[in-house]
Amino acid sequence: MNTHAVRAIYRFEMARTFRTLLQSLAAPAISTSLYFIVFGSAIGSRMTEIEGVPYGSFIVPGLTMLSVLTESISNGSFGIYMPRFAGTIYEVLSAPVSWLEMVLGYVGASASKSILLGAIILATARLFVPYTVAHPLWMVAFLVLTAVTFSLFGFIIGIWADGFEKLQLVPSVIITPLAFLGGSFYSIKMLPSPWQKVALANPVVYLISGFRWSFFGTSDVAVEISAGMTLAFMGACLLLVRWMLKSGYKLRT
Amino acid sequence: MGKSDPIISIEKVSKTYASGLAALTDVSLTIHRGEIFALLGPNGAGKTTLIGVVCGLINATSGRIVADGHDVVTDARAARSTIGLVPQELSTDMFETVRATVSFSRGLFGKPADPAHIEKVLRDLSLWDKRDTKIKELSGGMKRRVLIAKALSHGPRILFLDEPTAGVDVALRHDMWRLVTALRATGVTIILTTHYIEEAEQMADRIGVIDKGALVLVEDTKALMEKLGKRQAKLFVKEPLHEVPAALASWQLDLEDNGRALVYAFSGSREEAGLGALLTALHEQGIALRDVQTRESSLEEIFVNLIGKS
Repeated sequence: MNTHAVRAIYRFEMARTFRTLLQSLAAPAISTSLYFIVFGSAIGSRMTEIEGVPYGSFIVPGLTMLSVLTESISNGSFGIYMPRFAGTIYEVLSAPVSWLEMVLGYVGASASKSILLGAIILATARLFVPYTVAHPLWMVAFLVLTAVTFSLFGFIIGIWADGFEKLQLVPSVIITPLAFLGGSFYSIKMLPSPWQKVALANPVVYLISGFRWSFFGTSDVAVEISAGMTLAFMGACLLLVRWMLKSGYKLRT
Repeated sequence: MGKSDPIISIEKVSKTYASGLAALTDVSLTIHRGEIFALLGPNGAGKTTLIGVVCGLINATSGRIVADGHDVVTDARAARSTIGLVPQELSTDMFETVRATVSFSRGLFGKPADPAHIEKVLRDLSLWDKRDTKIKELSGGMKRRVLIAKALSHGPRILFLDEPTAGVDVALRHDMWRLVTALRATGVTIILTTHYIEEAEQMADRIGVIDKGALVLVEDTKALMEKLGKRQAKLFVKEPLHEVPAALASWQLDLEDNGRALVYAFSGSREEAGLGALLTALHEQGIALRDVQTRESSLEEIFVNLIGKS
């Protein structure tokens, strides 16, 4: 294992984040705070409880997940797309760095940033609404799993994309709708019966459900299924990344 | 350096891009340990593709490459750890400092942090004073030095320099030559591509010429310059001549400009061609000179000549 390379890529990516602290961490934290002010404090105070949880608290896990997964995709895709765009990828490709070491460096840094962001959002949310975490270890596990899985997914987009338009296409056209319809602001049990089944086809439902369970002990789907589905998605992403990096898809001509 | 000690063996390597463009066709080449090898060729000849295939940036369609005893595909990690690459494009992260980006490169190649080595590399390239400067604030020439520093950060045994002096000023070009010569003295094998024949002539032990994806020839530099580096001396005489004196027949001079100029065509260096001896012979014949002009074949002329024959 070329640990020096993993460390070099990881540090480089983290340094990039701290150079753009406002964009990387402050901006998503501020926008999520606005959600808490509007939906949590202002509108939430006039809404009834959902499954015994005040609405303001109920949306904390969903909104955190929403930010973590969108930022993971963004971090993961930009991390690999920017060196491709700037031409600096030649150095990584010509170095004795395996596909797994590339993933550990790039995806590890992307996931770290997202986990940090998730922690900031949870701390910020505590200023607006009260909540407790019923299963802290599961909460951390779901946070890490989501950050890693969607950083991998972003990494795939970053390799696949030929331009900035494509880079934004999947997150804006597919991920954002899935995230909003994945139960960030509501329980899918609130949906009419046929739509509940349709919603189960949305992978984000399992993430938010599992994460919410770790807070309140209630969920739309069994926590084991949530963890299993997320792990399966992560495995699929990892296999695809492995193929892309080993074959040189869009990296080596 | 020894011809029996190859450090890179390229065997029948071909590369055809998805577009159908055959960038390399059955290229076979052996680079000897410790030599400086210059790869010459017009734009689009396949120089950068060949470097890319050796360095792992481009997948060859067929053929085999062994670098320092390691197959670049099946034993890529070991092969790549011996190679440093300075690309043609000035591709580096503009927001990093010089020291940070060079240290990053060393880490990528699996080497532990070594501030003393990084300092030496930066000092050798006159970059030490700029170590904490962001790359975006450097001139083009300085950026190229940074790319060289990055390539040298892990102490490669093989160094590829793709057009290292393209677009740099004369002073930096000479600095590069000194650096390359110094590197060779430490045992590094250097493969460079260039458009400057003077550069190849000054530095390279051997020259390879590539055109349309095929190696046209590989020769010792001296032999190639003899063969292809045509030079001409035009000797303007004070008193016009009616004919070339018989005593000068062995020089095969041509009379031009209505007898006002003697033209001497030769290959190789002026010393080897005996230009001094010709001047002495002219003096002995009582022919006084008004002026002397010399010109050399440009690389373009050599290419036209060579490629026209291939």
